[in-house]
Amino acid sequence: MAAVDVRGLRKSYGGQEAVRGITFALAEGEVFCLLGPNGAGKTTTIEILEGYRTRDAGDVSVLGLDPQRRDRALRERIGVVLQHSESWANVTVTETLRIFAGYYRRPRDVDEVVALVGLDAKRDARVKTLSGGQKRRLDLALALVGDPDLIFLDEPTTGFDPQARRNAWELVRGLRALGKTILLTTHYLDEAQQLADRVAVLRDGVIVSEGTPSELMASSRTEIRYRENGAVKVIATDEPTRLLHELTSRAVAEGRELEELEVRRSSLEDVYLDLLDDTPE
Amino acid sequence: MSLFAHQVRADQLIFWRGRESAVFVFLFPVLLFLLLSTVYSGEFEGRPLTDYLVPSLITYGVANTTFGGLAIMLVIRREAGVLKRIRATPLPAATFLGATLCSTLLVFSLQAVAIMLLGRLLYDWHFPAEWPSLLLGFALGALCFAGMGFGAAALIRSAEGASAVVNVLVLPMAFLSGGFGPTRDFPQFLQTIADLLPLTYLVEIVQAAVYDGEPIWEEPVAVLVLLAWGVAGSLIAWRRFGWEPRER
Ligand SMILES: Nc1ncnc2c1ncn2[C@@H]1O[C@H](COP(=O)(O)OP(=O)(O)OP(=O)(O)O)[C@@H](O)[C@H]1O
Ligand SMILES: [Mg+2]
Repeated sequence: MAAVDVRGLRKSYGGQEAVRGITFALAEGEVFCLLGPNGAGKTTTIEILEGYRTRDAGDVSVLGLDPQRRDRALRERIGVVLQHSESWANVTVTETLRIFAGYYRRPRDVDEVVALVGLDAKRDARVKTLSGGQKRRLDLALALVGDPDLIFLDEPTTGFDPQARRNAWELVRGLRALGKTILLTTHYLDEAQQLADRVAVLRDGVIVSEGTPSELMASSRTEIRYRENGAVKVIATDEPTRLLHELTSRAVAEGRELEELEVRRSSLEDVYLDLLDDTPE
Repeated sequence: MSLFAHQVRADQLIFWRGRESAVFVFLFPVLLFLLLSTVYSGEFEGRPLTDYLVPSLITYGVANTTFGGLAIMLVIRREAGVLKRIRATPLPAATFLGATLCSTLLVFSLQAVAIMLLGRLLYDWHFPAEWPSLLLGFALGALCFAGMGFGAAALIRSAEGASAVVNVLVLPMAFLSGGFGPTRDFPQFLQTIADLLPLTYLVEIVQAAVYDGEPIWEEPVAVLVLLAWGVAGSLIAWRRFGWEPRER
């Protein structure tokens, strides 16, 4: 059974349609990433799955249940990092985690969770004294303390320094290794590429592309750049070997140098930006 | 430990850790009692002034703590996204709200005990003969004002708005209702306003018990008005209470 199954989901806010009929599914144990520009409908979709919002149309099943019905049994099994949230300013990291742990039947060990998100040094610090990134790690810890099977992460690493981001990636990989299903959103393409089994690109409430990161990359081409008579030339090609051979043999025959010659494969980011450019409004 | 007890404990920890809120909500009525009992002295209606001040300042505590403190706390937590975050956990809404109420009543009870103890130690205050009605009045008042607190939290849109609204309502209401001193020499229009305010009726129940030895059930109008306010507040909360930030 799919851990998450979404079919023809629609949601509008006062006439403005934010999600316009999207369909996707997450297999158990899969890491699925929603990408898309600001306002694409990522948070709306994820909050419908978390049970915060009602849908206007479509079928949604989360761990076999309808999140709209807000079953307690479902909330026992999901973990949530919201795009924005705060917790109590004047209690400490471990106190906050203990309070949340008490809401679940089978919580994880609080000290273990503190270590997992790398907040050991701040375990007895009051929440208001944490830095932005440290608060975000606490959000992540709160999502994990109930030992959920399915985890929703809405831009979980926003505000992390590069080291913390790497650690968060390790953490997500660790959760995946434990068989957890993870739905995350991000604006960082490298993050999607690093973590996701599958990616869906959302734009204006519609999925414009879906697949594994390498499937998305399949549409990527190789770029050859060099400088000729002072001007930079860029050639995108699907046959880099042949083209490069032609270019270099001609240059060698003419005794010229291909200045600043560079061959590079376009990144997921390029593919992503192309995708958003090409799709008509 | 049951989930309810767990949440009440959590609420207590969070309340007392927030120094400012603890001072404002818990300590302010106690300090006001000390201040008023120091600057005023003598007798009122043939009884020592403390007989007036102890119960009156406790009624002010009812409005300040179970109405104002509760409403501000809920709005601040809602706007910060704490309520929304908790909503994704298995903690049932009823347990959360019940624990919030219970924790607030606990703070109010401690406050009432503190005022009575100070009255006893400093001014040899004693319970009136009709003490059960006094306590029943406080309990009824606390519940009704908490209902209004939930209702106000549902209506107030922003965290800044919450303390503004509460400050504008609670102090003048306490003043007009006789919580800080007798109002019989107030101009008529102020007394007319006072007649509309729920605190006036709580003060009435309490003073009837102290000065006339009258049990609470002989003040049916006051009891009904209080209940009506409490029920109205609860109904508003029932229909309008939200868990997600209104403004961001
Ligand atoms: N509560 C709301 N009321 C009205 N409109 C809303 C509400 N929430 C979202 N919207 C609108 O719905 C659209 C989708 O918003 P959503 O928050 O889902 O986007 P997102 O993909 O998460 O964007 P971001 O990357 O900026 O977080 C936006 O146009 C937004 O203005
Ligand atoms: Mg979003």
